[in-house]
Amino acid sequence: MDERSVWEKIADQLRSRSMWMLHYCTGCGAVELPPSMTSRFDMERLGMGPMATPRQADILLITGYLSVKTLRRVIYTYEKMADPKYVIGFGSCTINGGIYFDSYSTINRLDYYLPVDLYIAGCMPRPEAILNAFNTLMEMIRKGEANGWKRYKENYEWYKQNQLRSLGEVIVHDEFHE
Amino acid sequence: MTGLATAGRVAGVLFTAFFFGLTFEGIGRKITARIQKRYGPPWYQNFIDVFKTLTKHGWTHGWIFDFGVLMALGGVIATLSFVPLGNLVAFPGLDNFFVIAYLFTVGALGMAMGMVGTGNPWASIGVARALTLMLGYEVPYLIVITTLLFYYKTGNISSIIEAQAQAGEWNIVKFPIGALVALISLQGMLGKEPFEAPIAPAEIASGPMVELSAKYMGLLMLMNTFMEFIEISLFVDFFLGGGTFFVFLLKYFIVWTFAVMVSAVLPRFRIEQAVAFYWTVPILLAFLQAFFVVNGWVF
Repeated sequence: MDERSVWEKIADQLRSRSMWMLHYCTGCGAVELPPSMTSRFDMERLGMGPMATPRQADILLITGYLSVKTLRRVIYTYEKMADPKYVIGFGSCTINGGIYFDSYSTINRLDYYLPVDLYIAGCMPRPEAILNAFNTLMEMIRKGEANGWKRYKENYEWYKQNQLRSLGEVIVHDEFHE
Repeated sequence: MTGLATAGRVAGVLFTAFFFGLTFEGIGRKITARIQKRYGPPWYQNFIDVFKTLTKHGWTHGWIFDFGVLMALGGVIATLSFVPLGNLVAFPGLDNFFVIAYLFTVGALGMAMGMVGTGNPWASIGVARALTLMLGYEVPYLIVITTLLFYYKTGNISSIIEAQAQAGEWNIVKFPIGALVALISLQGMLGKEPFEAPIAPAEIASGPMVELSAKYMGLLMLMNTFMEFIEISLFVDFFLGGGTFFVFLLKYFIVWTFAVMVSAVLPRFRIEQAVAFYWTVPILLAFLQAFFVVNGWVF
């Protein structure tokens, strides 16, 4: 673990108390988020709220299975977020593929492609589990342990190779006709 | 020595807008949460949000973007220093409505320029919507304010506050129709529902702010707070009699709470519905008020 300056420690306190999330709702995990946000569990208590654009977001929530086609968009999205950024993987699909473990079109392990800070086990996790995960992530940020964004920079070659292996060689003409 | 005193007063105005603006926004979030039967974030949440965005590392989109953000914040700060907060006036004698109306566009145009400079189509749509909405609320609002200035024969806001104190009644009693129109326009200026179309997170990915990351977001959040502070302050000064500094803040808080409560229970107008609304009911009421004042029918 690297040494943080005093300013970094203060900044981490602030970051842990104000987390704006971008929920990339690919799978069934998406249905657990509205109850976490609305009156029963009320995520805004923790200073968290949904943001509409990756530029403003701090956490990327991957809520379920990722097809190869979606993965490319998720990578674009992740790379558009401002440092420091955190990734939470929802449910067994992001851990080992879940029920899609042998599908030709979905990926099995999310952290081959993106640095995941925290997984929530379950199929699907309940709102309690989600809020518990957010509390854990806050604790990790305060301690300086949520370093996924640094890992991504340090091991970029490795991540890039994994991404290319799944996506194939991508020649981007423009965003809509690749 | 007078220069030092002026600098002190400007600092006082800016600090008030910063501290109370963010605090009231936080309380507004809490009120919205309570209306929706939630607990809500703490009142200082907005301070954490702003300072957090300032600690992050974002992207610029070229010098037009940088310049636009600075122009927006600088323009709004310049406008703010001319707004009288009750009896706290940074530049006594210069707090003219026309100065404020003129300077206020610098902030809005800076924001429009910078955000369009990002090249993101959502930002352009958001800015287009914001400017279209401005076309809606500015017309009835300016008719009402002009009526007020015509009645008092002055553009000086402090004079209007004093005139209300001397008459012993607020303009909201004297010009009830005009105050209603100004209140409806205020809802649009603050960008609160039902006139929230420029931001519309679910439709156009928060519109003008779509490409704002980190520090830029923090600066624009501050700008937004200052803008809200100017808009509500003008309403309090014009219609609720200003008052001493603390009385002013109390009145400010009541108007802000009212706007938040209206916003919490209403859905969103589409942009053409919003403009069509402003150009029917409020504009007719504004003309009615102007007609009353011109004929001398003031209570």
